[in-house]
Amino acid sequence: MGRTVIEKIFAAHTADEVAPGRVIWLDLDVRSARDFAGANVVKRFREAYPGERVADPERTFFTFDCNAPANTIAYAQNQQICRRFAREQGIRVYDVDSGIGSHVLMEEGIASPGATVVGTDSHLNILGAVGAFGQGMGDVDIAFAFRHGKTWFEVPHTVKIVLRGRYEYPTTAKDLTLFLVGKLGARGALGKAVEIEGEAVEALDMAGRITLCSMATEMGAISAFLPPSESLRAFVEEATGSRDFSYPIADPDAEYTRILEFDVSGLKPMIAAPPRPDNVHEVAELEGERVDTVFVGSCTNGRYEDIRAVAEILKGRRVAKGVVLKVAPATRRVWGRLLKEGWLEVLYDAGAIIAHAACAGCAQGQIGMTGEGEVQLSTGNRNFPGKQGRGPTYLCSPATAAASALFGVITSPERL
Amino acid sequence: MKPTVIRGRPWVITDGEGRLIDDIDTDQIYHNAYLAVTDPAEMGRYAFSNLEGWTDFPRRARPGDILFVGENFGAGSSRQHAVDCFLALGIGAIVGRSFGAIYKRNAINSGLPLLELPEMPVGALRELEEVTVDLETGEIRAPDGRVIARARPMPRVALEIYRAGGLLKLTPR
Ligand code: SF4
Repeated sequence: MGRTVIEKIFAAHTADEVAPGRVIWLDLDVRSARDFAGANVVKRFREAYPGERVADPERTFFTFDCNAPANTIAYAQNQQICRRFAREQGIRVYDVDSGIGSHVLMEEGIASPGATVVGTDSHLNILGAVGAFGQGMGDVDIAFAFRHGKTWFEVPHTVKIVLRGRYEYPTTAKDLTLFLVGKLGARGALGKAVEIEGEAVEALDMAGRITLCSMATEMGAISAFLPPSESLRAFVEEATGSRDFSYPIADPDAEYTRILEFDVSGLKPMIAAPPRPDNVHEVAELEGERVDTVFVGSCTNGRYEDIRAVAEILKGRRVAKGVVLKVAPATRRVWGRLLKEGWLEVLYDAGAIIAHAACAGCAQGQIGMTGEGEVQLSTGNRNFPGKQGRGPTYLCSPATAAASALFGVITSPERL
Repeated sequence: MKPTVIRGRPWVITDGEGRLIDDIDTDQIYHNAYLAVTDPAEMGRYAFSNLEGWTDFPRRARPGDILFVGENFGAGSSRQHAVDCFLALGIGAIVGRSFGAIYKRNAINSGLPLLELPEMPVGALRELEEVTVDLETGEIRAPDGRVIARARPMPRVALEIYRAGGLLKLTPR
């Protein structure tokens, strides 16, 4: 019987029989921890394995992104605990100047097609964008993974999603993503791997692939996988410095527990209203509602292409009076490219605040939270109450965020 | 050696109308107001501290009790407190229609047995004073020995972790 993508990746990393529902021991190519939970990993490791070494320091990483640089003493302490442990063990730290860990792992070629990666980030399934298996786990799990380089995993069933048709700009990858989250709901793919295919997916650039895979979490999925593309190949070749590109694809006779089909031709810009990511509407339905603050960034929409899209819309204009526009590129590399190509200047002239590369607004980090009644539009992935402050948060695409910042009310980019 | 047949009073976690409550998230299991508690022994007091109708659970629970829960139990954040609070109360096992993926791992890694039982015989369970749950076969029996439901047996690796007393005590093959 044929294998799905996740079954293929697993089969290459275990001696056990791979079939949905089976629990296997999985070899891990990469194990990581971020500043959130990283210190707990260290504590668990020291308690359970006093004086012992991590399995392979070359494949073990810390990535600091939740609170970078630390703006609470608690986070500063936790980061320091990780740094000290890293020095003892010879582990590489991508420190507070690097950016969002999952993105850094992809840019550095550490998370490459077919790899198995675990970390303390619940959105690590974003690595599906490069055809890697990424999984967020708790501190006990990661301490074990640090020590042994493997973990147990239940092989999930796979759901296939087939998209028919294409949409046109200003509908973007984020709108497609929100559309699917709305259709599936928070439990739609609970505990399943998802494979998404169709013309609309093949057309996605790397940033779009990242957006779509990042929100597998909000569908309850273990991971989302997409077919390879030219933009992916270019990204991976640059990241790994190798031309040797092999990518896991499903066998033609792979077995799916469900196959869903959606028609996305003519899809409109979408928005998720509070209080849940699956409360999805067309932007047009909510048009005219007041907006106080707009955040562009996060692991879902913090790529170069995302932020450039905002700058292109804002070029030569200014955000509406009273609106605060906050921008945080996902990584230092993205930041540098935006700087050197002049896009940060465009954003500055339009009135934006530009933060350094990190989770920023998404993780109660550096670029501010909302007070009660303060309406926020965010390009992030979660709008649960309290996640980004007291005010209500809407989730949308960079284009919708830019259009809305210009007018101070929710505005579809179709109107520009 | 830890027992693989667990005997205890069943608690069926239902709403006012007697329906299983689905999507009980980790914040309902363990309210974020108590996240600063670091002593696991103390966490028992806050189990279901944010679940309507169940906030008195810690006072009524006894060691060995078995929970029967709905879909997607333990959805949401990865907070370990939501597992440790049940361990502190001595809960013997949790049988659920389905579990949040991270919760399932956290529970198994901590040595709290979980069984999946998609078809939950709510009525039958509520009439019983006591049940036994066999982790190896998945059989759930009434005191007279009658099998009232068959859950998915606990996977072999999960049993190994349970027997070892938690993931960090285990050396993998
Ligand atoms: S941007 Fe937000 S969702 Fe993404 S990794 Fe950071 S905190 Fe998590």
